[in-house]
Amino acid sequence: MSSLCRISQNLKWQTVLPQISIFIRENSTKPAEKTKFGPLKDEDRIFTNLYGRHDWKLKGAMSRGDWYKTKEILLKGHDWILQEMKDSGLRGRGGAGFPTGMKWGFMNKPSDGRPKYLVVNADEGEPGTCKDREIMRHDPHKLVEGCLVAGRSMGAVAAYIYIRGEFYNEASNLQVAIKEAYANGLIGKNACGSGYDFDVFVHRGAGAYICGEETSLIESLEGKAGKPRLKPPFPADVGVFGCPTTVANVETVAVAPIICRRGASWFASFGRERNRGTKLFNISGNVNNPCTVEEEMSIPLRELIERHAGGVIGGWDNLQGVIPGGSSTPVIPKSVCEDVPMDFDGLIQAQTGLGTAAVIVMNNQADMIRCISRLIEFYKHESCGQCTPCREGCGWMAKIMNRFETGNARPAEIDMLYELSKQIEGHTICALGDGAAWPVQGLIRHFRPVILERMKEFEAKQPKKATA
Amino acid sequence: MLKLWPLSRVLVTRTSGAIFARTNTTAQDKVEVFVDDKQVFVAPGTTVLQKAGGRDSSTLLCYHYSIVNTASSPGYTRRMCSGFEVESRLIEKSAKVRTLYHDKLSIAGNCRMCLVEVEKSPKVRTLYHDRLSIAGNCRMCLVEVEKSAKVRTLYHNRLSIAGNCRMCLVEVEKSAKPVASCAMPVMKGMRVKTDSPATRKAREGVMEFLLMNHPLDCPICDQGGECDLQDQSMAFGSDRSRFTDIEFSGKRAVEDKNVGPLVKTIMTRCIHCTRCIRFASEVAGVEDLGTTGRGGDMQVGTYVEKMIKSELSGNVIDLCPVGALTSKPYAFTARPWETRKTESIDVMDAIGSNIVVSTRTNEVMRILPRMNEDINEEWISDKTRFAYDGLKRQRLTTPFVRDSAGVLKQSDWETAFVAAAEKLGTTKGDEIAAVVGGFVDAESLVCLKDFLNKLGSEGLCTEEMFPMDGAGTDLRSNYLLNTTISGVEEADLILLVGTNPRFEAPLFNARMRKSWIHNDLEVAMVGPQVDLTFDHENLGDSTQVLQEIANGTHPFSKKLNSAKNPMVVVGSSILQREDGSAIHSAIVEVAQNARKQSGCGEGWKVLNVLHRVASQVAALDIGYKAGVDCIKQNPPKVLYLLGADNGTITREDIPKDCFVIYQGHHGDKGAAMADVILPGAAYTEKEGTYVNTEGRAQEARLAVSPPGLARSDWKIIRALSEVIGVTLPYDKLEEIRSRLTEVSPNLTQYEKVEEANYFNQSQQLANLLKASLDSKPLTVNQVQLKDFYMTDSISRASQTMAKCVQAATEAETAKY
Repeated sequence: MSSLCRISQNLKWQTVLPQISIFIRENSTKPAEKTKFGPLKDEDRIFTNLYGRHDWKLKGAMSRGDWYKTKEILLKGHDWILQEMKDSGLRGRGGAGFPTGMKWGFMNKPSDGRPKYLVVNADEGEPGTCKDREIMRHDPHKLVEGCLVAGRSMGAVAAYIYIRGEFYNEASNLQVAIKEAYANGLIGKNACGSGYDFDVFVHRGAGAYICGEETSLIESLEGKAGKPRLKPPFPADVGVFGCPTTVANVETVAVAPIICRRGASWFASFGRERNRGTKLFNISGNVNNPCTVEEEMSIPLRELIERHAGGVIGGWDNLQGVIPGGSSTPVIPKSVCEDVPMDFDGLIQAQTGLGTAAVIVMNNQADMIRCISRLIEFYKHESCGQCTPCREGCGWMAKIMNRFETGNARPAEIDMLYELSKQIEGHTICALGDGAAWPVQGLIRHFRPVILERMKEFEAKQPKKATA
Repeated sequence: MLKLWPLSRVLVTRTSGAIFARTNTTAQDKVEVFVDDKQVFVAPGTTVLQKAGGRDSSTLLCYHYSIVNTASSPGYTRRMCSGFEVESRLIEKSAKVRTLYHDKLSIAGNCRMCLVEVEKSPKVRTLYHDRLSIAGNCRMCLVEVEKSAKVRTLYHNRLSIAGNCRMCLVEVEKSAKPVASCAMPVMKGMRVKTDSPATRKAREGVMEFLLMNHPLDCPICDQGGECDLQDQSMAFGSDRSRFTDIEFSGKRAVEDKNVGPLVKTIMTRCIHCTRCIRFASEVAGVEDLGTTGRGGDMQVGTYVEKMIKSELSGNVIDLCPVGALTSKPYAFTARPWETRKTESIDVMDAIGSNIVVSTRTNEVMRILPRMNEDINEEWISDKTRFAYDGLKRQRLTTPFVRDSAGVLKQSDWETAFVAAAEKLGTTKGDEIAAVVGGFVDAESLVCLKDFLNKLGSEGLCTEEMFPMDGAGTDLRSNYLLNTTISGVEEADLILLVGTNPRFEAPLFNARMRKSWIHNDLEVAMVGPQVDLTFDHENLGDSTQVLQEIANGTHPFSKKLNSAKNPMVVVGSSILQREDGSAIHSAIVEVAQNARKQSGCGEGWKVLNVLHRVASQVAALDIGYKAGVDCIKQNPPKVLYLLGADNGTITREDIPKDCFVIYQGHHGDKGAAMADVILPGAAYTEKEGTYVNTEGRAQEARLAVSPPGLARSDWKIIRALSEVIGVTLPYDKLEEIRSRLTEVSPNLTQYEKVEEANYFNQSQQLANLLKASLDSKPLTVNQVQLKDFYMTDSISRASQTMAKCVQAATEAETAKY
């Protein structure tokens, strides 16, 4: 309240009045929002075997509370589960952050006879991201149970878990977990004794980043080349094998049972409005102790890095920039990192995104241009080639970025590169084009002086041309 | 567990989801949409691009030929969208939004040139949701309708939607991104901006990307002058390059592929629109083309080196928006602006495909399809397209007369006429006979018949056999494809008898495939095992099966009788057999039973005959006897062969002293046995009427003049009649056409199909027949692709076709 008043003093009254009235009205009906987020208490952690210190199999999982009263959850019906998901405020953990309750609700249309499917996106390929694999290798039962609960909420007959081909051990553990679940009657015919039949299948991909895009994943699952489909129709209408389908991230699915068990309000007690819950953060790069950690949403970036990752190598002041949400989110400089909260809206405000919450830290010893250039190389390699802007644009950007690394370019090309990235962004069938454009935009937005400096150095090193 | 939903058929193409049903909608169903602030009403089966313009059905030609300059012409910027009444060609020229959309293909959505801006008012959004909840799904897209064409893309309405060219991006107000208009369903009240700054910017960007890796070899590219990319870059490409390539890594280079003797590939030019792939898998039904690799390294091709094993492969040349796929025989021979285009009719099969003959300096340079929704849509078969080089070889360019030594000697018209007249004038009428071949136009047919009738002869036959017993050729409905080609799209069950339509009538087969994909058409076959490119039930090749179906004892009869709109199609090749009339009467029985039992009503016709040669229907209409049996029974003294080249009658069949006059355009089997040769004109060299297997009369037009001393056929006969002294009473084309009208009015009612509807009478007459079926299995001549290419005197003279036969033969034994 006080901070808002302070801002309002600087503004004209006419414009501020409505804002204030809204604020007051909201304040009068709702309890005061938290202002401090994290650290997460141990009893609130969902993924209690994140580091694989305990038994990951069924026995261990049950001792940690998985599969506890799953039958009761299922018997409460799909409406109840959907309502819980909506109330919990859970947003998709795969990167786009679409409200999960709403998305699963799309499947609730009256059936036209086609079966419905849940597809779990375990094709975790975003550079920097390593949260789903931890779930699958150390807590696979969370995912299997999640499939059942999520599947029930949308009336799906089966779940297909599309797992990245490189995740051999993860797929293996997951398969063992599914086998155990079948053997104990937890899934399959009359899952958990609820009278609901539900199958879970694992499908291993062949290692293409693009297959993590939902429609492309569906194509791949159908046995075709993984190329994104046009939307509409959306998968909820025409998905895998032509049937209504929902594609959900591993983490989203895995947290569903515990939300149902501990209640939506428990989950909603974490994080800011519209950014509820706990989240797995992956911290990598120039930090002393790279790790994956479950934390409360909206935790300040600085606290996340310093508390869990042992701080930036060379100290906070040695920080150059952070890519906060996996490779496709724009980089933010140290000044922004100081107080940005790690949630969807906070990072959008900072012109970046939460993405998969894979924090890539780069200190002053890192070559920022080289880092971004490497990412563009990745996107160039992973573009499916179906639609023009991404197929041609990524290659072009990579060429320019290659030259930027050495500084062999003209300053005008910086703006040209920015424009190119804008020509790709939003013009493609899927979001890979956007993902390829954003890192470049982040670089140019915040590190233009670095690029210019590099060009100047290059210029200086060139042998002087003879002046006529 | 994994049960494929019926959609799976559609899922053959990778953009299954985007394929939408085209429903017949009434005016009331139309949705209000705003295009550049102009209110239009569109059927809710359309996409933005169709709405905003795109290709109208009649624009194919100008699509192929026009435009290089229009975009940059001074009037260009001033031309605005001009409403409904504007002629489509003009529209095409006013194209502001050009993309790689193709209205005959599925939408790939990948060119991204169709991006437009769309405005959505909040009020309208709720309406849309209302509709959603009622309709359940809104699969229809924003292309079609208004003829104020402004959007041009890689979309093709006969292919599925790929949405990949991204040339049709439009701006939708209140939607964050520009939308690909080829794939975006129209929504009520949607406001589309096809020419806003954002739209133009988006498309210019996509254009720049398309050109980035496209070679600058327009001067040596065969597509030059009819290149979509050229046109589009003229329309909204930037005028200079921003591409800096310090390392000289160059543009993308892709190895060319050898995909057979017809299609030349220069794959570096490929812009990955995937039209050819979609055509191959959707229309042609061969899974030969696809992509390998991804991103910038993606390549379109056959994966391993092999021929595109399709009888429709040439169409990918037209579809390719750039010069990546061009015609091998046509390579480097002419530029589109140098050639004269003549709209004509194809005679290589009995379908009567509409074609455009491109000529330069009195030479046929190439043949292209012309749009006709009722017949060939916009495709043509490879024989139609590529056999034209046969028109330049083996030609009869001067008259010949056999001298006393028995050697054919070059001669002149006077000598030849005198030699022919001597024999014709001195022989009794009933000792004169004539046989006509498959390429003869109706004018010559009626002319020859009048001529011989005047001489007292009634022995006029066609080479092609057709049963004359029962109702024979007296009832027109007996020998026509009564349901019509487009009628296939309404049929739900087709029984094929003794035919391989894939090679006998490729476009009829393509129509069946289209219906099989979109309308769940079922096809069954009594005949040999053949690959029709779509699933069908083979009931066996014995005549027994046919008999059982006619009796109603075969299990298939039940299916046939319960179909809503059944079709029975018998191939004319099977009627060449000795028991042809028994087969035909069995078919009449089957068709008539199905017609009565299925309750399709009197309006629906079940019986269909699929002819193989272009002249047959007209010849039967005019009153020729089908088959040469009567000649074999009453050997003539003088035999007049009019283009009869298929060897149905040989020297062995006629007396030694029989005088043979051959009139035709190729030195083939007929000319070899002739005593006098009168050089005639091929189908590109005369004004002629051809009646296709549906009974539809169409006009072929003169594109080049006949070579050497050769003349138009009816004129030769008219001149000969004068030499003998029985001058025929017509001198001009109009006069002979009015004679045609006299004989049978339908022969000059061009483009129309005259109703023929005497099925009951036909059945009654057929019942009187006592003929019985042979036990020989029902076979066809053209079983494999290699049998398709060389079937008549023109294609036998074609080197291209010979290469195709060779390639197809090799492909049979190839590993892949």
